[in-house]
Amino acid sequence: MLWIRNGIVIDPKNKIKAEKMDIFVKNGKIVPEGEVRREECRVIDASGKLVVAGGVDMHAHIAGSKINTGRTMRPEEMRVVRNVAGKFRAAVGRVLLTAPAIGYEYAKMGYTTSFEAAQPPIGALHTHEELDAIPMIDKAALPVFGNWHLVFKCIEEKNLEKLKALIAWAIERSKGFGVKVVNPGGVEAWMYGGNVKSLDDQVPGFNVTPREIITMLIKANEELGLPHSVHLHCNNLGVPGNFQTTIESIKLAKGFSNSKRQVLHVTHVQFNAYAGSSWRDAASGAAEIAKVVNSMDNVTIDMGQPIFGHATAMTGDAPFQFTLHKLTGARWSNKDTEVETGAGIVPLVYLPNNPVHALQWAIGLELGLLVDSNKVALTTDYPNGGPFTEYPYVMAMLMSRKMREGELSKVNAYVQKATGLASIDVEKTLYEIINMTRSLPARILGLQNKGHLGIGADADIAIYNLNPLETDTSKDFEKVYKAFKSAEYTIKSGEIISRNGEIVKEVFGRTFWVDARKKVDMEAVMNDIRDYFQYYSVQLGNYGVEERWIKKPERLEVV
Amino acid sequence: MEDVICTFCGSVCDDGEFDAEKKKVKKFCRLGSAKFSEKERIKAPMVDGKEVSYETAIEKAAEILVNAKKPLLYGWASTANEAIRLGVILAEKLRGVYDQCASVCHAPGTLAVIEEGLPGATLGSVKNRADVVVFWGSNPAEAHPRHGMRYSISAKGLLIKDRKQRKVVVVDVRPTKTAKMADLFIQVKPGYDYAVISALRAILSGNADVVPSDVGGVAKEKLLQLAEMMKNAKYGAIFYGLGVTQSRGRDRNVENAIKLIQLLNRTTRWVIWPMRGHYNVVGAGEVPAWEVGYQYAIDFSRGYPRFSPAEFSAVEVLKRKDCDAALIVASDPAAHFPAAAVKHLKQIPVIQIDPFPNMTTLLAKVVIPSAVYGIEAEGTAYRMDGIPLRVKKILETSYWTDEKILEEILKRVEKLKG
Repeated sequence: MLWIRNGIVIDPKNKIKAEKMDIFVKNGKIVPEGEVRREECRVIDASGKLVVAGGVDMHAHIAGSKINTGRTMRPEEMRVVRNVAGKFRAAVGRVLLTAPAIGYEYAKMGYTTSFEAAQPPIGALHTHEELDAIPMIDKAALPVFGNWHLVFKCIEEKNLEKLKALIAWAIERSKGFGVKVVNPGGVEAWMYGGNVKSLDDQVPGFNVTPREIITMLIKANEELGLPHSVHLHCNNLGVPGNFQTTIESIKLAKGFSNSKRQVLHVTHVQFNAYAGSSWRDAASGAAEIAKVVNSMDNVTIDMGQPIFGHATAMTGDAPFQFTLHKLTGARWSNKDTEVETGAGIVPLVYLPNNPVHALQWAIGLELGLLVDSNKVALTTDYPNGGPFTEYPYVMAMLMSRKMREGELSKVNAYVQKATGLASIDVEKTLYEIINMTRSLPARILGLQNKGHLGIGADADIAIYNLNPLETDTSKDFEKVYKAFKSAEYTIKSGEIISRNGEIVKEVFGRTFWVDARKKVDMEAVMNDIRDYFQYYSVQLGNYGVEERWIKKPERLEVV
Repeated sequence: MEDVICTFCGSVCDDGEFDAEKKKVKKFCRLGSAKFSEKERIKAPMVDGKEVSYETAIEKAAEILVNAKKPLLYGWASTANEAIRLGVILAEKLRGVYDQCASVCHAPGTLAVIEEGLPGATLGSVKNRADVVVFWGSNPAEAHPRHGMRYSISAKGLLIKDRKQRKVVVVDVRPTKTAKMADLFIQVKPGYDYAVISALRAILSGNADVVPSDVGGVAKEKLLQLAEMMKNAKYGAIFYGLGVTQSRGRDRNVENAIKLIQLLNRTTRWVIWPMRGHYNVVGAGEVPAWEVGYQYAIDFSRGYPRFSPAEFSAVEVLKRKDCDAALIVASDPAAHFPAAAVKHLKQIPVIQIDPFPNMTTLLAKVVIPSAVYGIEAEGTAYRMDGIPLRVKKILETSYWTDEKILEEILKRVEKLKG
């Protein structure tokens, strides 16, 4: 039992705006005062400290064959030693981290949940092995659907019941959480060396278009009532002029509604927010995208903010990764995966004096500033935009125009004419930033017990050495950055796991997965699946992950 | 029992049918069937040749490991990921060295990945899409007998329906059994793979005029023919073997081949993949990669992992006499390592965990027999292309699993170290 006394609580979900209050914890949950005996509680004096829910990272690449190939390809990344083996595991990594380092670094920052954003269904067991190896946090993985031949078949046939059954089957088999879509149709085109360039391009070999894939997946996802919406990595990623495609894709959500959450989440939008016709005249399309997102009440996005320094591009968007390899001449890994999906990995470094990199950096911030804080979550699309350990930098930047002015003076002047960042005077409030890193990502994912401190919530709590009542986040950005970099306390399921940026206890969190089987008639798709498995290289009976193979599974049943 | 998964080679065929009464497996090749048939086992745990209980052997093993300044933990290619993970954690805890069989096998391929990446595909992609398949220094007909039928040569795919729609090329130093099945066989002089790959790159980048009439024993006409085939492929795959990684040039051969693939992808689609040997040698590299950042040759003497193949691979460590105890899991270094390395192995206390007796058993102080994954124990293994499969338990046994043995050793080590 814990009694967190006199903290200044910010809890956007419960509309608590910097109020002095006590929080009580019992059996890993937040409980009313009456349920604990004060004398039995461990007391944490949080006077003058900020008390918030543990951070929720809704989109990061933390487990599976992509990040692990990245580690293999980049041993130079592993020479930063973060912890020497002793009471806790050895932890190494610069931006690409080992599994123990991922858990430790999130915990030090006050983050307690993270979602692996792209999992090839056939590789699910590998993803889960790595998720199991990450200590400290709760986690889940999103299987990919946008280039799967079986999905194309359902869409070609316009058979919604079959598609719903396929989704329910695949999510159960992969012990996944929701429907991720990466460059729909484009990865299949890559199998012939191509890509798709618009929402209406036909996918080679199939009578379907990206528009149809996205729309029908949203429809199926909504009819299934999954906790999370379709999670879309748009077509044309990394291509100047792509903001138009992004806007068109966002508008596909029109006509759908859900009272609990968005019906479409568009991810790492920074990479899909470029105006212009080439990298010579590229500019920001962030303002236009923000206008559209703000005008709709059923779409959310996350930033995909680049951080200057090292990064590793790794996505299911295999054709984009090859383009990046050609552009930079860097190492390139690729993985065409059965007839399901693909992926690519390329090392990258964001340099402030490079006009394109500075542009990307500015666009990420523009999105964070211009989009309504109830619709944009904070991410770096780790490790594509850079480390998640620099979230505090992004938080501080969004809250302080002064800090931005200082940073702007250090980057390539191209951003002055190609973006509107310098003229944006928005300064997000601490309340908004806590929302963008806690309540909002939890709501986007459909995690009811995460991202807030209301009664019944998971006791995932972060306490920061920052008094919201006395801090001017606009001026004191260095203090803000420092405070969020290392939480004074990180509490996971009611246990103190980190103090002042040092790990004090190693715990292993749960892996959430969604079971929607009761919502479908599985026989609608089983014949097709059985038929398709002749083209797989594994037997149907050996495909998938059983719950008992996972360390701490938690099934969320959709009824 | 159906869908039985074979734990012999890197093909990890998963369509076996096991007859529990006859104790025979159907559908597998002769190598797989041999693995599934009964053979000589280590009867019981032993210390100094005397039979003891598991507990006693584990106690002794933990004692040896804790008293060592720098133990070598080697093997891992023929066990499950669950055991490998414990091995890595044990090496970290003991401040020892973790190394695995790849360091004497496919590790040059890993070095090439560090230089150029790995533009690859799963075997299911090759089966469905590849219209040209090249086996370079690899001989699946003998080393991975069902590879051709299941994934590459005559596999029936979605887009490429059968053998007739696929061209098969073999590049090797001798006419192998696989070469007999090929549409085109190119015989290279031993040690000339690098030059031949360079010639192909020159031809494909429009510089055929600089290629001499003979490269590494291959006539220019043949190289032009192969280059043409490669260029015209819709989706091609190179599967390379030890003929490339363990001949002159080693990692540079693979690096050059990857550059060839990069070039080909500018006009069509090509992938490259190593023909990995043991059924879970991929896991023996993947597990340490996520646990500690590197695939093999990892030294923990400073309390954090360091990777340096020229220093920390098992053979180098042994030759340098830089370890004072060894834990050998599912491997036989005494039979396969160079004499200078084995010499040191004979002088230090060796702990062996293995289902089967081998040369290493003869020099081991502590021998701990274990269950066979895929037959007597369940666990996760990665096929040569990284596809994870959960191998099954189909027979009861009184042998402990590698996972249980290592878990107990780890517990004892933690206790002894305090």
